[in-house]
Amino acid sequence: MQHASQSPADREVAVAAAARLARRIRRHSLQMVHSAGLGHPGGDMSSADILAALYSGVLRINPADPAAPGRDRFIMSKGHCSAALYSALAEAGYVPVERLSEYMKPLSMLNGHPDRNKVPGVEANTGPLGHGLPIAVGVAKAARISGGDWRTFVLTGDGELQEGSNWEAAMAASHFQLDNLTLIVDRNRLQQGDRTESTITLEPLAERWRAFGWAVREIDGNDPAALVSAFSQIPFETGKPSCVIANTRKGCGVSFMEDRAEWHHRVPTAVELAAALIELGEDSE
Amino acid sequence: MNTLHDCRKAFSKALIELAEADPRIVAVVNDSVGSSNLKDFKQRFPDRLINVGIAEQNMVGIGAGLANGGLVPFVCGASCFLTGRALEQVKVDLGYSRSNVKLCGMSSGVAYGELGPTHHSIEDLAWTRAIANMTVVVPADPAETSAAMHAAAAYDGPVFLRLSRMPVPDVHPAGYEFQLGRGALLRGGTHLTLIANGVMVCRALEAAALLEEEGISAAVLNMATVRPIDRTAIVEAAAMGPIITIEEHTVYGGLGGAVAEVVVESHPVRMRMLGFPGEFAPTGSPEFLFEHFGLTPDNIRRAALKLVEECAGVTYATDPRG
Repeated sequence: MQHASQSPADREVAVAAAARLARRIRRHSLQMVHSAGLGHPGGDMSSADILAALYSGVLRINPADPAAPGRDRFIMSKGHCSAALYSALAEAGYVPVERLSEYMKPLSMLNGHPDRNKVPGVEANTGPLGHGLPIAVGVAKAARISGGDWRTFVLTGDGELQEGSNWEAAMAASHFQLDNLTLIVDRNRLQQGDRTESTITLEPLAERWRAFGWAVREIDGNDPAALVSAFSQIPFETGKPSCVIANTRKGCGVSFMEDRAEWHHRVPTAVELAAALIELGEDSE
Repeated sequence: MNTLHDCRKAFSKALIELAEADPRIVAVVNDSVGSSNLKDFKQRFPDRLINVGIAEQNMVGIGAGLANGGLVPFVCGASCFLTGRALEQVKVDLGYSRSNVKLCGMSSGVAYGELGPTHHSIEDLAWTRAIANMTVVVPADPAETSAAMHAAAAYDGPVFLRLSRMPVPDVHPAGYEFQLGRGALLRGGTHLTLIANGVMVCRALEAAALLEEEGISAAVLNMATVRPIDRTAIVEAAAMGPIITIEEHTVYGGLGGAVAEVVVESHPVRMRMLGFPGEFAPTGSPEFLFEHFGLTPDNIRRAALKLVEECAGVTYATDPRG
């Protein structure tokens, strides 16, 4: 696609589209979690801008042909943020937006964690942490073996990096020189029970990824412009997998949710939902 | 019986045949090129052998990713690590995801003998057959190993092939046609049925020959596919008489359990389950451990005589098939 040689005007359009999509993802996600009575809104909100940037022009995908062999793959390793993922897929055209109201309802295809056999556009069944990156390494390696030019993107949480399987995959990705693979770490610094650094230290995170042979960029992961810009420059280095450490805020977009651990899986009340939707605002167009 | 074979030769030959015919076939290993007998494959298809190092969780995840990318990976490693270490990946990335990945559990059972319980893989059938969408196959000889490899490649979905390095004779007649999900009656009988798979099939056949000398007619049913299990063949066996299952696996949840699940629901008959009795094995060679735990033709014979005697006065009601 056009990303490597985006004009400033194109970039502006892409950033505006990502910002618009991010707001929709946040609005849908909070409504879905409220209606379902459960979910993981804090992480949905921290990853909304990352998903929005990917699904508003970065990913070379065709929702009408979700299994096209040459498609770019996006793997949502932090599967508990399914509300954000389903919202992005719905806005992209994989799933009717009206069906988001079925989230976690009995027999809904929109399970609490994504199922690729039920939801078009889902590439991997995730939920247990530490599964997405190994799968993404396989997908990227398959492109190398079969001569495919698709790119593979994977979004992990930060607490998730405490799972050792990620580091097995990190070693393999650099050993295989998979510069067609991009990892985005949703670095919101909170995990279910506490701050990541009070639980098990992840820092120096960028240094760790560099030590494992990855090309690393640290950006503001809630800034659509920074995300669009970073994704336009991958691979960051030829012959190395790319790692975007996206510094985010859990609950980003709603003042009373931001950076608060309890919103990992707290459900907004009707009053809180109404207040949040006002803060997030409506589409201007 | 006849010459003994290491089924890994048939395994690696079949994998090369498959790879020659289909560019999507790749092998994934965990530093196990030698123990999986894949040196020839590596020489032939160096770009299609992916060595992930000593990292089984990653290996199974990579397998799922390769399948997502349109390839057909055969993921090969010592069965104890492949299944036990990566069990959640087998459940989620393969079973739940219905990924088209073929797991090849090498040196399963107690093939590693003296290396001890860490390296024995006598729980792998229970683990894998509990997972929805999995197909689980335990071939008995070279011909069946090769046929199971081809059948697994032709089938779109996750398969666990439980392979052994224990020497076995040919147990199938020439022209044997393996079918996923179908048991193979290797010997007819009228008093009881011995149901076995893998390296226990040849022992069951030997036991049947010993029993014949004592006037007991034992059928031998090779139940290579443990999931989905051949219910029809089991019900037919139960309609004829009692059943002994023989497996190189713990009796908790393996072949015996799978057969019993069908028997108690469809046509209850007396059963004996021969296998490892739910304890970690002492130090010893595979053959020693088979002796120690009674997985020998002679002990199968004795178990059969006892079971037939116990059932002498027992009559079964109606044949559920009408």
